[in-house]
Amino acid sequence: MNIIETEDLSFVYGQGTPFEKKANDKLNIQIKEGEFIGIIGHTGSGKSTLVQMLNGLIKPTSGTVKLCGEDIWAAPKEIRKIRFKVGLVFQYPEYQLFEETVEKDIAYGPGNMGLSDEEIQQRVRLAARFAGLKDELLKKSPFDLSGGEKRRAAIAGVIAMDPDVLILDEPTAGLDPSGRDVLLAQIKQYHDERKNTVLLVSHSMEDIARTADRILVMNKGRAAMLEDTQTVFSRGDELEKMGLRVPQVTKVMSRLREMGYNLPSGILTVEQAANELQNLLGKR
Amino acid sequence: MEDFIKVENVSFQYVSDVEDEPTVPVNVLKNISMEIKRGEFVALLGHNGCGKSTMAKLLNAMLLPQQGKVTIDGLDTSDEEKCYDIRKTVGLVLQNPDNQLVASIVEEDVAFGPENLGVDPKEIRIRVDEALKAVDMYEYRTHAPFKLSGGQKQRVAIAGIIAMQPKCLVLDEPTAMLDPKGRDEVIATIKKLNKENGITIVLITHYMDEAVQADRVIVMNDGAVLVQGEPHEVFSQVELLKRHRLDVPQATELMYRLRGRGFFSGVEQAQLPLDSDECVAVIDRIFKQKQAEE
Repeated sequence: MNIIETEDLSFVYGQGTPFEKKANDKLNIQIKEGEFIGIIGHTGSGKSTLVQMLNGLIKPTSGTVKLCGEDIWAAPKEIRKIRFKVGLVFQYPEYQLFEETVEKDIAYGPGNMGLSDEEIQQRVRLAARFAGLKDELLKKSPFDLSGGEKRRAAIAGVIAMDPDVLILDEPTAGLDPSGRDVLLAQIKQYHDERKNTVLLVSHSMEDIARTADRILVMNKGRAAMLEDTQTVFSRGDELEKMGLRVPQVTKVMSRLREMGYNLPSGILTVEQAANELQNLLGKR
Repeated sequence: MEDFIKVENVSFQYVSDVEDEPTVPVNVLKNISMEIKRGEFVALLGHNGCGKSTMAKLLNAMLLPQQGKVTIDGLDTSDEEKCYDIRKTVGLVLQNPDNQLVASIVEEDVAFGPENLGVDPKEIRIRVDEALKAVDMYEYRTHAPFKLSGGQKQRVAIAGIIAMQPKCLVLDEPTAMLDPKGRDEVIATIKKLNKENGITIVLITHYMDEAVQADRVIVMNDGAVLVQGEPHEVFSQVELLKRHRLDVPQATELMYRLRGRGFFSGVEQAQLPLDSDECVAVIDRIFKQKQAEE
C-alpha cells in the first residue's frame, strides 16, 4: 500500500511577485509503507520544500499530498494530527532543544498528543533507546551533552511521537565519521524494528548508499528519478549532470567495469566491492 | 620553507560562565604544538570535540592561549597591538555561508572587509574584482547572495576574505552544509588559491576525501596531535584512525580489506590508494601482473 502519494504536487514561493520561484513542480511520487527512501538533490532542488509539504508544515500551491490514501488538507483544522503521523527532524535539530532535562525535552511532543503520563514515560524510554541515549543522560540538561548526543536527543523527541513516517533532513551534517556511522546504524535499526517508513535527506551519497531501499532524485524542483538504490547509482553520468555524485567505491567499480573487468554494476558498499574483487581474483 | 604558523605548548580551557552551576573547567587543548609552513596546504582532522575549532580561533587571535604561545608570520597573537595585523594575515571561513554574508549584493559583500580596513575606494574596486575572479564568481558580482547555491555562497564568503589579502586562510568545515558539486567547487577554489596565489591553507574537515588532497594532514585527538604527515603516511594507519572516531576514504578501505584477506600483498601498506583514480590504477596493475604470471 502507498503510505504517501502526491498528485501534481507543486509549491511556488512568492507567487504573484517578481521573485516567484517554483520550488516543486508537479511531483507525482508514490512511497510504500515500510520503505526506506533516500532523497538526494542539489541545493535548491526542492528537497526541503517537499518534506515540509509531506507533514503539512506548508500547504501546496496546487496538487495534493495523500497519506494512506487521504488528502492531508481535506480538513485543514485537523492538520496537527498529520504532524504526529509524519515526524520531521530538521537540519541541526539540536538547536531546538529547550527543556531543563533530556527526558522533558523528549516528552514534549507526546505531551501535546493528549496521552497519559504513563504512556508518555513509556514512549520517552523507548525513543531514548532507539536513539541510543543511555538512561543516565535522561536526567541531564540537554545543553551538557556532546554534539552527537544532543542531535540524538532531538531525534528521540520526534521518535517519541511514534510517527508512521519519519523524515530526517541531513541528520549527519557536521558529525565526525564515527558519529555519522553510529547515528545511521541507529536509524536503520529503528526502521528495521519499528517497520515504519523512513525518508532520509542527505548530501552524502555514501550514507544513502548504505541505508536506502529506493532513492528519490530531485533536480530543479522535479522528481528526476525514483528507483531502487542500485539502479540510481548505476546512472552516474546523469547524476553528475545534476550536480550529484556516486559513492567513491561505486565509481571505482564502474570504472573497472568500463575497462572490461567482469564486475556487476551498481556496487554500493566497500564490503560488496571487496567480495566482488575477491571472486575475480579467485580464492587461493 | 620557513614556519609561518607556530603553535608552541598551547593549553586552553573553557569555564562555564552560567551562574549557580558547578564550574568544571573543560581542557580543550593540552600542551599542543604544531608548525605550518608558508604556502603549505594542511588538513586538520579529529573527532567532534577534539579541539579543532578552538585551534582555528587561536590562529587569528579570536582566542588567546592561556598557556604557551601562538606566532603568526612572526607576530605573537597575545600582543594586543598586533591583533589587527594578525586578523589581516589570517582569514577565517566558517561552516555556514549564510552567517558570513552581510550585504544584499555580492560585490558589496566582498567589499565589506577592505572597506573596514580603510582601503582606498579605487583599490577596493580592484581587489573585489580580483577576489571574485579568484573564486570564479565574477559574473555573479551584481547578484543577490540569498539567491545563490550553497557552494556559490561559500565561495563569495571566501572572496570576502581574499579581498582583505590575507596570507593564510583557515577554513572550519567549509563544506559541511554543501551538496556534492558545491563541495567540489569549494575544494577546487581552495587548491587554486594555494597553488596560484601562494596562500597558506588550514582546512578543518570531517571528509576524508578532502583531506587526502592536502600536502600534509594533522590529526588531533583529545586536545593534542595524534599523528601527522603526508596523506599516504597518515591514511595508511587505518586502525589508528578508526580507533579515534575517524575514517579513511573508501578507496583506501577497499584495498585495506582486500589486503586483510590475503590479496594485493604486493601493495605496500604505506602506498594504499587515496582516491578512485589511484585505486583503479592499483587494481588494474595487480590484475595485469597476475595475468602475466599465469
